[in-house]
Amino acid sequence: MAASSQQISRSPGDSPWQVFLHSLIHMPWTWRIMLGYLAVMLFLPTAAMLTKASGIGLAEFWRIATSPIALSTYDVTFTTSLIAALIDGVFGVLVAWVLVRYDFPLKRFIDASIDLPFALPTAVAGLTLATVYSENGWIGSLFAPFGIKIAFTRLGVGIAMMFISLPFVVRTVQPVLMQMERETEEAAWSLGASALETFWRVLLPPLFPAILTGVALGFSRAVGEYGSTVIVSSNTPFKDLIAPILIFQRLEQYDYAGATVIGMVLLILSLLMLLVINFIQAWGKRYD
Amino acid sequence: MTNSVIDASLPPSGPIPQPGDARTKSWVPAVLIGVAILFLGFVLYIPAINVFYQAFHKGIGPFLKNLKEPNFLHAIQMTLALAAIAVPLNTIFGLATAWALARKRFRGRTLLLSIIDLPFAISPVVAGLMIVLLYGRNGWFGGWLQAHNINIVFAFPAMLLATIFVSMPFVAREVIPVLEEEGLDQEEAAYTLGANPWQTFWRVTVPNIRWGLLYGILLTNARAMGEFGAVSVVSGNIAGKTQSLPLYVEEAYKGYETEAAYSAAVLLALLAVVTLVVKEVLEQRTGGYRKKVH
Repeated sequence: MAASSQQISRSPGDSPWQVFLHSLIHMPWTWRIMLGYLAVMLFLPTAAMLTKASGIGLAEFWRIATSPIALSTYDVTFTTSLIAALIDGVFGVLVAWVLVRYDFPLKRFIDASIDLPFALPTAVAGLTLATVYSENGWIGSLFAPFGIKIAFTRLGVGIAMMFISLPFVVRTVQPVLMQMERETEEAAWSLGASALETFWRVLLPPLFPAILTGVALGFSRAVGEYGSTVIVSSNTPFKDLIAPILIFQRLEQYDYAGATVIGMVLLILSLLMLLVINFIQAWGKRYD
Repeated sequence: MTNSVIDASLPPSGPIPQPGDARTKSWVPAVLIGVAILFLGFVLYIPAINVFYQAFHKGIGPFLKNLKEPNFLHAIQMTLALAAIAVPLNTIFGLATAWALARKRFRGRTLLLSIIDLPFAISPVVAGLMIVLLYGRNGWFGGWLQAHNINIVFAFPAMLLATIFVSMPFVAREVIPVLEEEGLDQEEAAYTLGANPWQTFWRVTVPNIRWGLLYGILLTNARAMGEFGAVSVVSGNIAGKTQSLPLYVEEAYKGYETEAAYSAAVLLALLAVVTLVVKEVLEQRTGGYRKKVH
């Protein structure tokens, strides 16, 4: 269909502008729907934010972006997300490994349940995590005697981030693990490698790009997360206030410039993460 | 060679030894499985069970009582209305996009595919912020909208736009790979036999992509009904007016109405369970159509 617009004969002297106009007029209707929808739903809102940001002025932008409260929310958001994603990285690989390599009762149920964080609305996740991990909740009460508070602290935010990022690691590692041939492992075994050596030297290297991709995907999801974290956090500035919630608070105070600047920082970070993820995936293809 | 010789050379019965059996102790798998399930228990299962426990531990009574609460009922209607509009629109967009991009190679295709995926990368709060900056009082269209007395932000239209934004890519994402796998042969055959494009689409393409399409619609619906962040930013969260079910959950909880919060949460959790079950069924239908990251 895209080709049909090029087949219509054109006089050779057409300027590029005319060619562009011509292809625009003769665009197939699927393209019109796609581009029209993208324009209204995605490009317009993005453009509105970019113009708002560019209207702020570089000095003012920098001042807001590096204000103490903003810096503290980056610290809470990025460090907690990173730690949560790394813990998910370790346990996600373990879960994927167990699901691919071993047989045990309820395995299919457990496999299906990994997608729960995708399917469960984040507000529900936040609500139940806040209850379960509170001082008298089922899990929180186990830690309370040791003076460890989980809900309404940074720890709780981290747990919520682990909850929502877990499927990203498991679902990126699982298919790679399934495709891996067991012969290489068996060769390592029969050549006398220990279990640990086999894991580090034979299994991990080809899995590594998938693990990194999963952790990066989980990290970027955790950074942007709002629904579960806003409920499980006490939202105290300089303690467990995360950047998405700061945006929300700025908007509530009608501080559009403040909200836009923090929003831009998050947006730039997500775009950077997309680049990083694409790069990791391209790098991982060297094993194919 | 006689049988007895062969018999003597083999172990009497039992499994064939696997390489490394001597060194992998049999407790290793058990420990790994145990640790994995323990981890999942703490992060996923105990919180999930808690939703149902909190909603029903005093019997079904409190749940039924809350079902009569007008704000709760309004929130359910709101969520259903959002999904009823957002899902079909996103499905049409997803199908058109898949049709336009699958099986075609041109410059900038990869870029276009990444752009379509962009709503997944953008934080929902940032998505909501964008909509406020576009349609809000001081936004691009703010003045014009106010002059014409049209409310978008802090009203249903903005909630709808936010819902559409965050659930936009699912259908295209699921349908493009299926279309690519199918190839063009069947559609070309239909054309040759005299079918028009519309007939070809409904009778050949749709049946071929139906499971992928359903899968995409299912995920779109789950996200549309469950979205919190983006909708929260643009809605103003006025009980009985601009409150969807997830927003109701948060407000009830913050207002110390834990029972009401869990009554709403359990409905959303049931939606999640149904989504996961249908997802499993669809994955079986598509024959080892592997689980993917969304």
